[in-house]
Amino acid sequence: MPPLKHFGEGLLRGLKITARHLGRKWITVQYPEQKLTMSRRVRGTDIIWDRESCISCRACERACPVGAIKMEVSRGEDKKLKTDDITVDLGLCIFCGLCIESCPTGVSIYIGYNYANTTYRCTHCATDKSGTSPSNGHCGELIRSNDELLPNDAVRPRSGYYRPERAGELPPQTLLVYQTTYGEDRRRKKESR
Amino acid sequence: MDWLHFAVFTLILFAFVISGVLFFIWYERRGLGRFQMRPGPNRAGPFGLLQPVADAIKVLLKEDIVPTLADKPVHFLAPLVAFVPAMAVFAVIPFGDGALLADLNIGILYIMAISSVIVIGIFMAGWGSSNKYSLLGAMRTIAQEVSYEIPLVLSILGAVMLAGSLSLNDIVKAQDVPFVLLQPLGFLIYMTAALAEINRTPFDLLEADSEIVAGFQTEYSGMKFGLFYLTEYAEALSVSAIASTLFLGGWSGPAFLPGFAWLIIKIIAVFTFIIWVRATFPRLRIDQVMSFCWKFLLPLALINLVVTAVLVLSGLNDSPWIAIPFNLLLAAVLIVGLSRQFRTGGGHAST
Repeated sequence: MPPLKHFGEGLLRGLKITARHLGRKWITVQYPEQKLTMSRRVRGTDIIWDRESCISCRACERACPVGAIKMEVSRGEDKKLKTDDITVDLGLCIFCGLCIESCPTGVSIYIGYNYANTTYRCTHCATDKSGTSPSNGHCGELIRSNDELLPNDAVRPRSGYYRPERAGELPPQTLLVYQTTYGEDRRRKKESR
Repeated sequence: MDWLHFAVFTLILFAFVISGVLFFIWYERRGLGRFQMRPGPNRAGPFGLLQPVADAIKVLLKEDIVPTLADKPVHFLAPLVAFVPAMAVFAVIPFGDGALLADLNIGILYIMAISSVIVIGIFMAGWGSSNKYSLLGAMRTIAQEVSYEIPLVLSILGAVMLAGSLSLNDIVKAQDVPFVLLQPLGFLIYMTAALAEINRTPFDLLEADSEIVAGFQTEYSGMKFGLFYLTEYAEALSVSAIASTLFLGGWSGPAFLPGFAWLIIKIIAVFTFIIWVRATFPRLRIDQVMSFCWKFLLPLALINLVVTAVLVLSGLNDSPWIAIPFNLLLAAVLIVGLSRQFRTGGGHAST
């Protein structure tokens, strides 16, 4: 006897699948409160610049396809180049990573691990009046300059992008495929007991 | 004190329907979220319970926009024409033995007659907006709802024949065994046709957002849109209430809970099924919807009607232990047998 088909069993199968979804944990993340750990090699939306190792060659400035990086370079008394002023306009930046790849020292410009550039209030207008930054006088929330670009692993951690040695220090990514159901949780708890 | 009964019961019904609709909006959004592995609204109040209230306030405060080319009186009247019948249906739904606004001896006929008027409200909305999407949605609605009314009524007739009365209170009293067991086919046909009647997925062609913006609601805003939203959920509430009254035993149940509690539990169960269906099935095409009604549901409902009449006359239904397995088997055989004959054309013109 041929199998009994096409009497609407597809409807039942669909209902079964959705019913099984009821027991699963949800995969949405309540963003500001809960955050997923990003991939270690993520290109975040931070540019980090290291003053010590920078040789002020302006390779990153030339490599930048949108002209987001601006550097002012002069020679000091010891005939060495030094950076007077560097600004990165994160509003222009396309996070392509070409500045990192072009850097001859290999370590003086990083892409950050952060991905949230939003701020609640425009604070820079009133306070940031010092330095030679072009962001003086107008709101420069997305324009970072000089000391704001320096590395700080607590606030602005560096990404493992193009830096395999750095990637090892970062926490592993949370993958939603590893998300368990309530039933699996209960089973695992029973097994561990 | 007839007028007192009417006044008090009308107030109770209004409170029941409005709070029921608010609960349903929350319940559907949360439930749909669970089916789709997401939390659903969870910001306003605990578990997002205040979300429908926030929505209602938002809708009330919105500007009421009437299109320049609209047929203004029709545009204004349409939400009312749709809302009032959806509300009036609840007049004959019993919440306990005799606890209903009006114990009409033609209760179920009254429901069918009244709920057909909603279609006119929806068509007025589509026509009055002078918008092609509104008109398209409204035309689909007319085609769909007029067709599905026939299997709907035929499936209800089975329950009516078993009870021997058109009054909903008497139908509930006649259910020693819930009619869903004696009329499984009737229940399935009723649920399918009712989903089409209240324009819910998979028959939500009239407001198919991916095709025709929002159908008849496109040009509505503010309180009028709110009324349509209210109508939609009041219809869902009424369909759940009718299904639980006709087929699931209504207010009757074990005595440790009062009658209205049983009715509410059954209503929520039926509505959960409706959400489940919505979370599962994609929207049908209009020709599929129509051919499903005329070529499949209508013959099935007619056969069910004749078979039920024969069973009632032969007295087989008096002994439930024979009747229940027999009816379940009969329903399965009829569905499988008729589905052999059913073809929709498979998405292309057959030559």
